[in-house]
Amino acid sequence: MSFWLESLIILVVLCNLRVLGSSRLTACIQTVALQGALLGLLPVLAHLDALSARLLLQAAASTVLKAAVFPWLLNRALRQAGLQREVEPFVGFTASLAAGVLFLGAALWLAARLPHAGPEALSRLVPTALFTIFVGLFVIVSRRQAVTQVLGYLVFENGIYAFGMAFAEKQPLLVELGILLDVFMGVFVMGITLFHIHREFDHLDTDRLTALRDS
Amino acid sequence: MIWTLLGVPLASAAAAFAIRADGPRRGLLLAAALTHAALTAACWTIQPAPVFGGYLALDAAGRLFLSLLSALFLAASFYGAGYLRAAGRTKEEEDAAGFLFANAPEAVFTGCLLCFLGTMSLAVLSQHFGLLWVGIEATTLCSAPLIHFHRQRRSLEATWKYLLVCSVGIALALLGNFFLAVAARQHHDLLMTVPELVAQAGRLDKQWLKAAFLLFLVGYGTKMGLAPMHTWLPDAHSEAPSVVSALLSGALLNCAFLALLRVNAVLAAAGLADFSGELLVGFGLLSMAVAAAFIIGQGDFKRLLAYSSVEHMGILAFGAGLGAAAPAALLHAVNHSLTKGFLFLTAGNLLAASRTKSVGEIRGLLRALPRSGALWLVGFLAITGSPPFGTFVSELWILQGALARHRGVLAALYLAFLAAVFAAMASVVLKMSQGEPSDRLKEVPGDDADPWRFWPPALLAAAVLVLGLWVPPPLLDAVREAAAVLGMR
Amino acid sequence: MRPELLHLPLALFCAPLLPGIINRVKAFFAGRCGPSVFQPYRDLLKLLRKGAVFSRTATWVFRAGPLASLVCAAAALALLPLGGLPALVCFPGDIVLFAYVLALGRFCTVAAALDTGSAFEGMGASREVWFAALAEPALLLGLAAMARQGGELSLTGLYGSLEPAVLLAPGGPALLLVAAALLIITLAENSRIPFDDPDTHLELTMIHEVMVLDHSGPDFGLIQYAAALRLWLLGALAAGLLLPVRTGRPWLDLTAGLCGLCAVALFTGVVESVMARLRLTRVSQLLAAAAAFSVLALMLVRGAP
Repeated sequence: MSFWLESLIILVVLCNLRVLGSSRLTACIQTVALQGALLGLLPVLAHLDALSARLLLQAAASTVLKAAVFPWLLNRALRQAGLQREVEPFVGFTASLAAGVLFLGAALWLAARLPHAGPEALSRLVPTALFTIFVGLFVIVSRRQAVTQVLGYLVFENGIYAFGMAFAEKQPLLVELGILLDVFMGVFVMGITLFHIHREFDHLDTDRLTALRDS
Repeated sequence: MIWTLLGVPLASAAAAFAIRADGPRRGLLLAAALTHAALTAACWTIQPAPVFGGYLALDAAGRLFLSLLSALFLAASFYGAGYLRAAGRTKEEEDAAGFLFANAPEAVFTGCLLCFLGTMSLAVLSQHFGLLWVGIEATTLCSAPLIHFHRQRRSLEATWKYLLVCSVGIALALLGNFFLAVAARQHHDLLMTVPELVAQAGRLDKQWLKAAFLLFLVGYGTKMGLAPMHTWLPDAHSEAPSVVSALLSGALLNCAFLALLRVNAVLAAAGLADFSGELLVGFGLLSMAVAAAFIIGQGDFKRLLAYSSVEHMGILAFGAGLGAAAPAALLHAVNHSLTKGFLFLTAGNLLAASRTKSVGEIRGLLRALPRSGALWLVGFLAITGSPPFGTFVSELWILQGALARHRGVLAALYLAFLAAVFAAMASVVLKMSQGEPSDRLKEVPGDDADPWRFWPPALLAAAVLVLGLWVPPPLLDAVREAAAVLGMR
Repeated sequence: MRPELLHLPLALFCAPLLPGIINRVKAFFAGRCGPSVFQPYRDLLKLLRKGAVFSRTATWVFRAGPLASLVCAAAALALLPLGGLPALVCFPGDIVLFAYVLALGRFCTVAAALDTGSAFEGMGASREVWFAALAEPALLLGLAAMARQGGELSLTGLYGSLEPAVLLAPGGPALLLVAAALLIITLAENSRIPFDDPDTHLELTMIHEVMVLDHSGPDFGLIQYAAALRLWLLGALAAGLLLPVRTGRPWLDLTAGLCGLCAVALFTGVVESVMARLRLTRVSQLLAAAAAFSVLALMLVRGAP
């Protein structure tokens, strides 16, 4: 079990690196979807000895949402927006990858400093979750397109979800589903806003959204 | 009763999406607001029973903020009905740059407004940290379409920033939730509800608790508009319709403040009040400083009000962080909500009359629009904390709290920022009010006489004035009780 | 006879088989029947029989280059364990020596290329060094990750302690990452697709081949032979990690190691058949990814108990 858990964690980390290094938006979306699916498996693998219907329902809901619904929403937004298929970064891909390795180091350092709480098998999950959170934030600030920012938000959310999986098995199911629903609605509303932005501006470049500022 | 409080707005929201005719829908909005207000008022006499396993309950703090929310929504809904009637008459409007734009469908607007009320009530009523998060995040999502009511570029930009900044910020608060769960991990019997955590705070892991508070502070602080996470606030407040701005500033920011206070209560119970208090004071003063810097020379009167909200959120955090002044901070929350509510509604009237948000193009308000102009001037005096308005009382009380704690330097900074804001706002507002009416105000369309859009702000202004002259003992008791519930002493 | 003594002559004799296998696989994918797997031997014999031509401007550096790189490869071979058998020479820290003997071989080739003073060869040398500079940290970090996992500092110790069970235990996924990095490095260091196309002869796009344009006859033969040895060296690292067969019988283990090498050759052939060469700018990204794999593995492996 530990082997599969560790493989899963490594794959999640590799997904992060791929999001940082990939220049194709569709590839990024696929990678985030894959990451979502992996994280959906995570609670099942982590609590293999104590499976419950609640756990399975939660895993199924999050997997369907993250691996199918979100990519579909984003791909739809991309289709509506026409031909902008390339990620346009402020920070280059190689530099992003280098930053990613730095984030990984930072996440490991930070996780080692946090007082340890939790079963040994899950201890690798904390740095992974922190790394995913860092990567999500980095993607949000270092990419130009609005779609990519939503993607970064999803990565960020995945990281938080991974952290929650490691520890917070005590949340009541309804609250858990409420959180998922909120995230879903968030991406949905963002998708609609993306559509409006594209219709209004004919582009999705957030660095050209500069009408509102204080001089 | 609690289910009804949540159910009425949400059910009416669903109905509002379905109703096709404008008139009944506006009636529904008013009816829902009135019902909600009546239910809230009833809560002062009948203590509603906790529901959903104690996850939803109305404590003293919740009651105070719920009443505030309900009152403000009532005023806003009357104003909004008038606003929608006026906006419905013209299909397209002209923005500052001369582009024509249409408005979002009225059904969407009304539905989202009611959803907004429901989710804010949820946030105020939740006693469970996970549910609280769900409520706060839901408010973001319901209010985003409201900000984008005017279908034009600037409001779209504001909506995008609002969505992204708040979603990311609030996601951090979710991480804070998990950190809190880790802090409570040693004790598997602990529920993640506020009373339970407060009661068992001594058993929580201190280090994880501190980390959790930092995340909550950044997360809910983003939503509350504390600097330096306030960047979405001026954009959203200035581009949203004025009704929405009033609700954002007067009700939504308070919900985030309450969420932060609930976390603070856990920390205070765990003996970490100094840690959290210092952080709140620091962020509070920083917000005041940033707001003062941006208010000076501000050329857009709705942004001016938005920055003033940042300033007042700073005051609230400052007061809450000081501990001794906590009841004052809650009283100030009341005063600020009422004042900012009527100021934004008045700003809406000015905007409707002059069709510009630029300070430089408005002169002679008192002559051109006697009633709205007078309200604007009164609002300026009230929001800057001049006597005899309620804000003066609460700001003085906070100052007293700072001095009682022998925090002279902090008190001096607090006064200095207040003075700077007063001077900066005076130079803007007095110029707008006096002199000959400018070209923009020469041919006023007569909106000034619309009672739907005059009386709600006027009544709120009267309330602020009364609170300045005489704080009713029940309110004082409620404020003290709420502060006690939130563990601030 | 002790099997570890056999390893060195076996490697020296069998190394040219690997390019032969790769060519055969490529031919199969292209639908041709292709040359025999022993064609590299014939090429080498032909080249060794020929005379060499030296430029008048070239110095002894140019003449010494091929031989030096061959000697370096052979020296590295002495440090390499195969199929669970210990290496001829082993001591703690020989992983560093291994990496740097390989690097020294490349340095000799590069120095010889620069010695001709030709613009093309200088360009090839510069590209070769650029990729090597990226591949070397990946290799060393990957080996370091293995060293941390196994608690050993010699190649023999590292590969000796590997077992199939180790790969499936916690920490195993990290070793799989190292294996992936080693495979990428094997392709890069041997100038195979997707880094460099060994079949192309257009100077502008070549990397390794352009560097050795001026060598002829026996010298070129030595270079070809050294290249085959390098493929053997790095392939054995990757194959040893992925196929840690431990039966306890030396001959069986050795056979398994040789099968692993053949598998690496097959893999290379398949990659060359199905992939196109990467753009030069993307090459550094792929190598950075290999380095990232190694770093990740280094961070994730648990220290030896």
